[in-house]
Amino acid sequence: MSASLTLVLIMAALYATGVYIMLERSLTRVLIGFVLVGNATNLLIFIMSGRPGSSPIITGTASDADMVDPVPQILMLTAIVINFGITALILALVYRAWWLAQLGDEGDTLTDEHATETASSAEQDFRSSTDDDAAVRASLDASDHDDASDHDDPDDHEDPDDYDHDDGAPARPGNTDAAR
Amino acid sequence: MTTILLAFLVLSVLTPALTRVLSTRVFYLIALLPAAAFVVTLTQTATVTQGGSVTESVPWIPQLGVALSFRVDTLAWLLALVVTGVGALVLLYCARYFDADEPALGRFAACLLAFAGTMYGLVTADDVVVMFMFWEITSVLSYLLIGHYTFRRESRGAALQALIVTTFGGLVMLVGIVMLSVEAGTTSLALLVAHPVTGPVATWAILLILVGAFSKSALVPFHFWLPAAMAAPTPVSAYLHAAAMVKAGIYLVARLAPGYADTEGWMPVLMTIGIWTMLVGAWRSLRQHDLKLVLAYGTVSQLGFIMVVVGFGTRDAALAGVALLLAHALYKAALFLVVGIIDHRAGTRDLRKLSGIGRSDPALAAIALVAVASMAGLPPLLGFVAKEAVFTAFLEAGLHGDGWGWAALAGTAVGSVLTVAYSIRFFHGAFASRTGRAPTALHPSRWDILLAPGLLAVATIVLGPLAGALDPLLAPYADTVPGGGHAHLALWHGFEPALGITAVVLTLGAAMFWRRRRVAALQERVPGTVDAGRGYGLLVRTVDRTAARLTHFAQHGGLPQYLGTILVVFVLALGLAATVNRTWPDTVVLWDYPGQVIIAVIMILAAIAASRSGQRMTAVLLAGVTGYGMVALFAFHGAPDLALTQALVETMTLVVFVLVLRRLPVNVARPQAPLHRRRRALIGILVGLTMGTIAVIALGARQDPSIALDLPRLTLEAHGTNIVNVALVDIRAWDTMGEVSVLIVVATGVASLLFVSGRTETLPRLKGSRTQRSPRNRRRVVADPQASSAGHAVTRQSWLLAGRTIRPADRSILIEVIVRLLFHPAIVVSVFLLFAGHNAPGGGFAGGLLAGLALVARYLAGGRYEIGEAAPIDPGKILGLGVILAVGTAVASLFVTGIPLLSGYASIDVPLLGHLSFGTSTIFDIGVYLVVIGLALDILRSLGSEIDRQSETGEAPPAGSDASATADGAAAAAPGAGPGAEPVPEVVP
Repeated sequence: MSASLTLVLIMAALYATGVYIMLERSLTRVLIGFVLVGNATNLLIFIMSGRPGSSPIITGTASDADMVDPVPQILMLTAIVINFGITALILALVYRAWWLAQLGDEGDTLTDEHATETASSAEQDFRSSTDDDAAVRASLDASDHDDASDHDDPDDHEDPDDYDHDDGAPARPGNTDAAR
Repeated sequence: MTTILLAFLVLSVLTPALTRVLSTRVFYLIALLPAAAFVVTLTQTATVTQGGSVTESVPWIPQLGVALSFRVDTLAWLLALVVTGVGALVLLYCARYFDADEPALGRFAACLLAFAGTMYGLVTADDVVVMFMFWEITSVLSYLLIGHYTFRRESRGAALQALIVTTFGGLVMLVGIVMLSVEAGTTSLALLVAHPVTGPVATWAILLILVGAFSKSALVPFHFWLPAAMAAPTPVSAYLHAAAMVKAGIYLVARLAPGYADTEGWMPVLMTIGIWTMLVGAWRSLRQHDLKLVLAYGTVSQLGFIMVVVGFGTRDAALAGVALLLAHALYKAALFLVVGIIDHRAGTRDLRKLSGIGRSDPALAAIALVAVASMAGLPPLLGFVAKEAVFTAFLEAGLHGDGWGWAALAGTAVGSVLTVAYSIRFFHGAFASRTGRAPTALHPSRWDILLAPGLLAVATIVLGPLAGALDPLLAPYADTVPGGGHAHLALWHGFEPALGITAVVLTLGAAMFWRRRRVAALQERVPGTVDAGRGYGLLVRTVDRTAARLTHFAQHGGLPQYLGTILVVFVLALGLAATVNRTWPDTVVLWDYPGQVIIAVIMILAAIAASRSGQRMTAVLLAGVTGYGMVALFAFHGAPDLALTQALVETMTLVVFVLVLRRLPVNVARPQAPLHRRRRALIGILVGLTMGTIAVIALGARQDPSIALDLPRLTLEAHGTNIVNVALVDIRAWDTMGEVSVLIVVATGVASLLFVSGRTETLPRLKGSRTQRSPRNRRRVVADPQASSAGHAVTRQSWLLAGRTIRPADRSILIEVIVRLLFHPAIVVSVFLLFAGHNAPGGGFAGGLLAGLALVARYLAGGRYEIGEAAPIDPGKILGLGVILAVGTAVASLFVTGIPLLSGYASIDVPLLGHLSFGTSTIFDIGVYLVVIGLALDILRSLGSEIDRQSETGEAPPAGSDASATADGAAAAAPGAGPGAEPVPEVVP
């Protein structure tokens, strides 16, 4: 296969400018960058068809011999239309974001949503699961008899030792059976 | 067996609906299914006892050798009986346990029933992959059942803990299963055990599988999830966390033990962890005040015990192990159900608050006594029989010189002493009367709630003396363990050493209870060892915190930074790969033809200018220049279809941009620092260089001939000559089908983003336009209310609509007339492109785009009413019709030929249009054509008409002074369009 350096150069330039524009904050600009990168990608596929030739329409004449590779064209035709569809969708999103966010003069520039975020505020997002685990622990500890909460509880004047005071209670068959 | 599983699935799905009708009575109905499965399993007894097995297999993934195969041998038979029998009883119990107003009762019933079915599948599955699938489903159902009280924090937390721990174990186990089955070349459990794999891979695989088994059966260090899971309703605890799910790990160990007990590492790991679990669980059980937690820690302890026995690897231990498993399932489920009743009737299960229940409910106490005695190992109950067998087996092994026998004997004996102690403590705490405390008041309950625990207690009593009859039923499993043995299950073996051990254990246990104050004091003094539960909490918090920090670090700075990160990684990865590349194209030319350089210069300059422009519209137009540059490249390169489509798309894209950008401010706010800009430029240039290098490398990397060589032949077969179009609608029609779907999604997405208040409105139409525009009235004068006062206007006809809907200053009569004159020819040409596409440049995409552009022109010239009149149909319907045609072609072909999208043809000569080869692929292309028109129409209606309407009615609330800017932008970009203007109050004379 041979390459035309000019086509590669166009493609590289489109990628470079497209990426440069995409890294801006304005959504419209991002979209324009997307269009350029889309064109560049189409070109990348196109370059794979090699040198120019006759169009891929069978004529039954000698010109069929230097027909250009149709496969990249097949891939690109759908890519072009999809590109258009996505562009329209993003435009609708841009409009909707602008409208909902009431950005007015600021246009479609979205502020950095993480600007006020700190590491500890990010951790807050996990509070819920930590709290759940703490609740589990608390409910388990409540039943464990060397836990400090045992002694704070006014209802809790009977410690396990209390069992010793009710000797002679009738309902202890398990104990007596076992003792024998 | 598949039938039973299917029945479980169907009934579980129906259960929520049935619950709405039957309320709690639904449990009686669904309990019938596990009961039926129990009976079916009983009918398999004869086969199983003779050492045979009942098998069934349905092919599933033959490529991986995975099949839905099931096999009931002795072990599976026992487990199946346990899970279906206890399952049926627990469901029965639920009918009384729950009140009719219990929230989410339907979900609960469905999950519990599904769980019973899944457990049945787990224990009968022969394919290890299928077994694993059931294994994981039980984890998920356990999550749903533990979290039944969704409004309680501890309930949710416990559910998540159980899920995380068991699925972690499951994941580790999956690795082991895959290693083992790949090494063995089979996924059948029976074959894996019959022909054990040896070697280092097998050792690792088995250890990984043991991790899974330990996590499921709540062994140290995974045990903490089981006590936490007591947040579940008590029937769940009885079934999942005593009888069924926690037995899955034990089942797996019991299943593998005959083949793998002598694997390196098996004995040390199982014995150490099993005995340690038994001691830790029992020790902690002695400290609990909550009856349910006494049982929960007791279950942990017993699970460790059973694990030691079934994993021991001798025939006698295996026999004792399955007997112990059965005994435990019976007494522990019964005890949980008893605690549930106490909880229900007394309103508490804190043994410090209960008093005198033994006296007020003797029947309940009797049932509990039987179960507790079996747990402690008292004769003549099943628990005693099993424990005797265990001690005998360990003793035998020890006497034959197996050091592990002595270790296991000592460990389990000490554990049994603790078990006796907490058993007595449980019974005493729950039922004894306390001096100086009034008997706990009990709510009345129906007798039939005692049915389930009562039946379990009866089984415990009956199976003790009948141990001799049980022996031949369980022995076939034990006999699969190599090494031989001669022990039998029996109530009375005579005065043997094991009996002595039992006596000592019982005495010591009772003494521990007798001196419980001392024991408690001792427990207080023992420093708290490492608590796995706290360790888990710490681990989870650490993971959470690290994740938060990492996220904060890596995702700070919004979209540009994310993109930048991705692109830098891209450049580094592919750039690195490119530097080591050694294949370059044979020839590199500077240009294909001189014109290419001119196009290149224009495109590159436009792209750079676009990147520097501060105005939206300018940048869009400059980006459009690169698009049109592509058109030129395609056209000169032998790609007429691409050139045509790209030209149409580029125009359409520009219009769509204009439609939206007219509302946005003209200039882009660019608050970025120059430093940032230089960094962006650097990233952009690096990406460009990388992609350029990759393109050149890719050109040189081709080794095989292009698939394009076959395409001309295939195209002629498909009655066409335009290879690109034929490929789209015939050879690669599936791709196009996918693309059409994308377009429909996009069209729907655009419409739903714009039509906030619902999409039901049809296109804006003029009042009365239906009758006025009918052919009969076409030439009549429009009765225009706004124009009625002015003499000139009365003569105006309905041909141009903008007069009534657009401000005169925004109108251009010339454009309106030209558009109206060109519209119909454009539609005709678009149809021509559609049909000609098979043999010449064109096709559905190009045709649809042209028709769409014609509609765009109508809108731009005449406003939103014009588009409503030009295409008075809901775009959704056009899209739908298009997709019906496309899919219909596929389906019809499927029915006729058995292969989707296989084309049939008929050729005709049509005057003007020439020779038309009309095939089913043409119908497909018409579908594509309609979808593209629908997309265009949806975009026009949304981004055109709806934005017009919103700006007219002031619905959109853009703040500030962008109104003038918008108007300027619109006027500059789309002269003659004038959307955004209001209808005039007066008519110009």
